[in-house]
Amino acid sequence: MSENANHALHVDMLRCDAFGYCAELLPEVVELDEWGYPIVAGAVTPERLADARRAVAACPKLALRLAR
Amino acid sequence: MSALATSAFPETRSRLLPPGGAGGYRTHLARHGALPHVRRRDPALLAAVEASGLTGRGGAAFPTATKLAAVAGRRRTTVVANGVEGEPASAKDKVLLAHNPHLVLDGLVVAARLVGARESTIAVAADAAAAARAVERAIAERPVRERPRLVLVPDRFVAGEESALVNAVSGRPAKPTGKRPFAAGTLVQNVETLAHLALVARYGAAWFRAAGTDSEPGTALATVGGAVEAPGVVELDLGTTLGDLFARCGGLVEPVDAVLVGGYFGRWLPFDPELELSNEALRAHGASLGARVIVAFPRSACGLAEVARVARYMARESAGQCGPCVFGLPALADALEAIVDGRDTDAALRRVPRLHAQIARRGACAHPDGTLAFVRSGLEVFAADIDRHRRGTCRAATRR
Repeated sequence: MSENANHALHVDMLRCDAFGYCAELLPEVVELDEWGYPIVAGAVTPERLADARRAVAACPKLALRLAR
Repeated sequence: MSALATSAFPETRSRLLPPGGAGGYRTHLARHGALPHVRRRDPALLAAVEASGLTGRGGAAFPTATKLAAVAGRRRTTVVANGVEGEPASAKDKVLLAHNPHLVLDGLVVAARLVGARESTIAVAADAAAAARAVERAIAERPVRERPRLVLVPDRFVAGEESALVNAVSGRPAKPTGKRPFAAGTLVQNVETLAHLALVARYGAAWFRAAGTDSEPGTALATVGGAVEAPGVVELDLGTTLGDLFARCGGLVEPVDAVLVGGYFGRWLPFDPELELSNEALRAHGASLGARVIVAFPRSACGLAEVARVARYMARESAGQCGPCVFGLPALADALEAIVDGRDTDAALRRVPRLHAQIARRGACAHPDGTLAFVRSGLEVFAADIDRHRRGTCRAATRR
């Protein structure tokens, strides 16, 4: 994955259980709906890529994926 | 080469539902003759299906030739005939299976040979007893190599969704997976699509295109309900007008201002007898034919109450997997019931679009989005009734 391109964050809703770690680790990109499920509000810019990777790794349900 | 377009279709107005019933296997063979020989990836047949313009009759209208070719290219393939028809207002697949099971089984045999599947399955809803009996009897009448496995699937709305159905026939819970089965070599075709395929294999593309419009050729089964003299399943030429369709059902029996096109995943539209029943024409209204459930909604009934009732039903039918569907649809039904009851109407009206934004495009299957479209169009078409409910002056007899 290139370090200087925008990435998209994908949520697998079948897996997601609304732990909400992604919104804590990546608040610029992830908002939570009123039930605590993530809404991806924008692209992952290169400067946020490290945070996004942490969010992906932190998800207890492995519901997040980063793609170009 | 398969024997394409060489024989003429027997004289009958209806392709799929011959008047007086289709009879048993012998009658079926006497009417249509034996199936043409079909090879794996049969180029002549694939070309004929493509030229016919046949699309999936389950509701999505996906080009059948594309799907067949995609699956035929896989190494290990299976075929599933989808006769589950989870849509509660739809009866066309049950009627087709009960009245003409051999045409569906023909299509299943053709599809299985075309994609080189060794196994084929036909799935029918567990509560559709007449259809299941007819299919069972028909299977027993056929040569052993043309006998698919019959699977009864739980009667749930989402069980008809392709990936949920593949789960169900494999002995797993009937829940969507978010994946497309045909990418993995499983061809899922609606039973009506298979019946049309059996006819295209015998009579060819030009014959098929003699009905319908240029861009949407052929006929399609529709379930007509509501304020018509004779509700039920009819075979329509695509492109027929709404007025003609209702006339074929004996005409309207009371004033109608609104129609539901496409069933519980459909859209409400103001009644216009000139409306053309094709996806092309309906697209301008944000609608599609779907599985062709068409309801003439009587003025004497309360449209808002119907919208709320269906929204509650859809909330209960969620497979329970995706949060926005699990929590969003019940909240949406709550808001609609508040509008119907005339309590906190303004708050409920503000809540609906907020819920919409939190539900839209966030499920793994089409269940939540289909429900949103149904609700949004219902609130538009029945907008004038909202104030009557606020004041408690809705004259409709039907209440929740």
